[in-house]
This record gives sequence, structure tokens and C-alpha cells, in this order.
Amino acid sequence: MKMVLCRGLRKIYRQGKMDVVALDGIDLAIGKGEFVALAGPSGSGKTTLLNLIGGLDRPDEGEIHLQDQLINDMDQSRLAELRLRQIGFVFQAFNLIPVLSATENVEFILLLQGVEAGERRQRARAILDDVGLEGLYDRRPAELSGGQQQRVAVARAIVSDPAIVLADEPTANLDSTTGQGLLEMMKEMNEKKRVTFIFSTHDAMVMDYARRLILLHDGRIVEDRQKEGK
Amino acid sequence: MFSLDAKMAWRNLWRNPRRSILTLAAIAFATLLLVFMLSWQFGSYETMINAAVKGSTGHLQVQARDYHEKKEMEMVIDDPEAVAALIESLPEVTAFTFRGAAFALAASEERTYGTAILGIDAQRENRVSELKARVRDGHYLQGDEGYTAFLGGILAANLRVVPGDEITLLGQGRDGSVAATAVTVSGTFRTGQDIIDRATLYLRLEDFQETFAMAGAVHQIVIVGRTLDAVPRIKAALQSGIARLGRDRELVVLDWSELAPGLLQSIKLDLVSGFIFYLILIVVVAFSILNTFLMVVLERGREFGVLLAIGVTPQRLSRLLLLESAALTALGLISGILLGSLVTWYYQVHGIVFSGASEMLRQFGLPERIYPRLSLLSIAVGAGLVFVITWLTALYPAGRVKRISILEAMKQ
Repeated sequence: MKMVLCRGLRKIYRQGKMDVVALDGIDLAIGKGEFVALAGPSGSGKTTLLNLIGGLDRPDEGEIHLQDQLINDMDQSRLAELRLRQIGFVFQAFNLIPVLSATENVEFILLLQGVEAGERRQRARAILDDVGLEGLYDRRPAELSGGQQQRVAVARAIVSDPAIVLADEPTANLDSTTGQGLLEMMKEMNEKKRVTFIFSTHDAMVMDYARRLILLHDGRIVEDRQKEGK
Repeated sequence: MFSLDAKMAWRNLWRNPRRSILTLAAIAFATLLLVFMLSWQFGSYETMINAAVKGSTGHLQVQARDYHEKKEMEMVIDDPEAVAALIESLPEVTAFTFRGAAFALAASEERTYGTAILGIDAQRENRVSELKARVRDGHYLQGDEGYTAFLGGILAANLRVVPGDEITLLGQGRDGSVAATAVTVSGTFRTGQDIIDRATLYLRLEDFQETFAMAGAVHQIVIVGRTLDAVPRIKAALQSGIARLGRDRELVVLDWSELAPGLLQSIKLDLVSGFIFYLILIVVVAFSILNTFLMVVLERGREFGVLLAIGVTPQRLSRLLLLESAALTALGLISGILLGSLVTWYYQVHGIVFSGASEMLRQFGLPERIYPRLSLLSIAVGAGLVFVITWLTALYPAGRVKRISILEAMKQ
């Protein structure tokens, strides 16, 4: 079973009077436990592809299967349920709910899944420990550094054991040392918990960490290779 | 222990404390004003009704059928003592009295005026009206002083009589005969209501009955109950009692709203105009709340986008916003109710004096100091109106959240 299977994906955006082809016939299969980087210059279609895989947007053509489920035709409520149960998201910045503490931000996903309060707290703290945030449980996002905030976002993304974590340029707003630390932590989670990670980047240092590199250009895959990750 | 949703709603309120406090203040002020104004209205209505009750009508009256509309001399209550026995058996009745009413020409040595003549039981009348307290000159009617008259101060001045002078009365008796008598002025009174002071003359009931050939009958039995709320119960008990006496075709029981329909209409009119004012006030507050919550939706677009992306349903997001609105509204309502009750309670104890309008108020039989009356109803109606309108207002921005596009929101 493939985690992600895309066939003939096309996505066109209308900008003013012009049609812009964001994705142009993407065929892609990603297996369980992979650590994949989607790389390419700005406008190459990385974020669009992540949005389609994550059910945040719909393709104009083609099919997307997530764990053998066709997600193209799902209605909004089924997509919300899919995102809640099977996908973890990490965005570039401002990922967290500002009025909730680190623990509460992580707990929130479990609350949505109907997990009972005691277990929620226990699991949230354990995962915060895993991502290196021991002792910072009660800090609000504004009291955490950018790197720490992204770690909370990763903790939130993986706390419910999703099938896949989608990270859109997770290190873009971090300095290189902090970014490296975050990537190492993500890789550790990938190896320890066998969570599939797909992240977009145009940073060479980030690409070095990936074990599979998919290069996009003008909405097409121009290179797809397995490699030795850092 | 609060749920995470409740914690989020509460903390979100204080992300922009100044805006929340201003909105809260608007809700609290509207609630305060409504609680006070409604208590004021209810209090003044009670004062108006009591003034009418004590001034003339009583809470209820037993009359001959159609007497209230036609006021004809021959429409009388024969054997009023039988009805009186029935009234005395009702525990919620505190007092009652008999009255006869006629029209006559009152002539002094110098002048003649048309006058309403009321025959009253001097002792019993004291317990249903405040007539005795209104003495200006001389004294009130006394049981042992036959053929004396107690008349309005303006009428006395017009007739140019003072206590001790004689007045001749000329009218028509119950049986159509000429009713004529001479009475001595015992005293004059001043109610402040010119219409009464100019044209009313009281006689002892027995003198009235003798003069107007009433043969022991009366025109009205005036009843005062323990409270205004007891009126419908007394009325029902009286009606069934009269039916048991077999006199229900002959006699009717009228309550204060039937006896003084103008009073009820003016209360209704005042209520309607009050509610129009309140609605305008609440709509202004509603716009303030609408502004607050639309700003929230605009400002927190990216946050909402992230929440939707991680699996929060639009319905839940909408509920979160409604929870914020409910928390803000509840705070405003509680503050408004507390402050409004305090302000109202203060004036309920001390009253509000309308010294400039005292003459006008007297014309309607009202005192110059009026007291608002704080009640569960005035609190519930005021707070309920604000709650309903603010809740309806919050539905719009909460509904808008449901239509947010995740990708558009996350671009913010």
C-alpha cells in the first residue's frame, strides 16, 4: 500500500486574465516511512502539490490517493476528518494558536479526536519531551523562539500518529543552526515512529537531509531520486 | 475545570483588551439602562394605578349592568348589604365602600354650578380613598352631622362659600322625581386635580339616598384588594359569588382597567414608545458587537486557516466564535444587571423628584416623587432583549467563518 499516490495531477490558477499552470501532469508514489523533500525554485509547484496531497485544495485533473482512498471527491467535512486523523501539518510560520500553551496546542488535536483529558495531557507532554521541549510545556507561542515554535508544530503534527506529515518550508523562517536542529528532530521522529514526512524546500541544506529528493520545475517533476540522507 | 474551547474563548477575548472592554461596556450600559428604565416604567405604572385606585375607582367595583357606560340614576344596586356580605367573605379584600352618584345644580346665595354629587359612607370611604387627607378648610364629613357637604376647593371658591355656609342642591331622583335639599358646608378639599376640585361635592350616603329617592340602593360598591396582583382572583370570586346569589344578569364586576380604560391605554402607549426607544438603543449596541466580531474574523484569518487545515470543522470554528461572543455578552449582561439593579435600588429607596413638573403630575393625581420598582420582570426583559439581539448579531460573523477558504485565509 502506498501512502500517497498521485496520477496525472494538473492544477491551473487564474491570475487576472491569465491561466497559470501550477502543476502539469504529476505522477508520484510515496511509501510508508519515507522522508521526502519536494524541491525547486519559487513557483515550481511545491506548495500546490503539498496542498493537494493534504486535501487543502482540489486538482483540476488527475487523482490523489491517500492510503488507497481517493480524496478528490471527498466533501469538506470528510476532508476535515481526513486531515484531522491522517495528516499532520507544519507550516512556515504562525502555526500555533497564540492563546494556548505549548501543551494545549498539542492537546488541541487530541481534543478534536475525542481523546479523554488525562490521556491528552500525558501524550502531549511526552511528545513535547520527544521534540526537545521538556519544561516549556506551559509557555505560550509568544514566549517561545521560532525554532521552539516549529518544534511544537511538529509535535502537534505527529502526536496523533498520522499517516503522513506535510511540512511547507518548515525551516524558511529559522536560522541555519535552528533549522538543522529541527530537521534532525524531524528525521529522528521519522525513524523512531516511522512517520512519513514530505516537506517542501528550496534550501540546499534541507535537501541534504532528505532520503528522497523530488525536484519540480514549472509544475513538472524533473528529477526523482533516492539518496543518502544526512 | 473549563474545557479547552472555553479557555480559548476566554483568552481570545483579552487579546485586544481595550476593544473587548469597550464592547463589554456598551452591552453593560445598554443592560443597565434597560433594567433602570423598565423598572422606572413599571414603578410609575404602579404609582399611576394606585393613584387612580385611591383617588376614585378602587381596584374593582360592583355596579348595575350598563351603569358604567350610561350613568343613569335608576341603574342601581338594590340590597347592597347582600353583596357586601359576599365581599366580606373574600380574604384578599382589604376594604370596600358604597357610593351613590348623581348630577345636580348647586346654588349658593350668589352663584349656581352644575356639580357631580357623590354619596359616601364617611367611615368606610376612609379605607378605600384618601379623601379625608385632602381637607383644605373645615372638616371631613362626620357620621353624626346630617345634611353636610364636603366639596372641592375650586367649586367652593366659585360658589363663594366657606365652611358653615349653606348650599341648595337641585337634581333628579332615582324615580324621576325632583330631588332638592339644602346642605351646610362642613369643609373643602384639594386633590390637585382641577377637574375633581372644580365639580365634586360629597354628601353622607344616607342623606344622598334620602334626597335622591334611592330607597336604600347605591350605584357603586368600591373594593380595594390586598395587592394589584390579587385583582383578577377577587374579580373571579366575586363574579361566581354574584352568580350564586342569582344576580349575575343584574350586576357586573369591573376592574381598574375597565373602570379607567384611558389609564390602561396610556400605559400601553408608554410601553410601546419605550420599547421603540429600547430597540434603537440595542441596535446601536448590536452594531458595536458586529464591528468587534467582524474585526476578529478579519484579523485572525490566518489563524482560522491553520485551524481549518489541521482538521477543525467550520462548524466547530463557528461555535468557538459564538462561545467568545457568549462570554463577552455574559460579562456585559452580568455587569449591566448588577449596576442597573444597584442604581435602580438606590432610586427605589430615595425616589426621583420631579419638582418642576409637580403641578402637571398633580393634575393626574400623581405624587411629585416617583419610585422605580426593581423586579425580576424588569431585569429579565431588559437583559433578555440585549441577550437576544447580541446573540443574533454574533451569528453573522460566526456564519461568515464557515465560508472561509483555507488557502485564502492562510495567505494573510
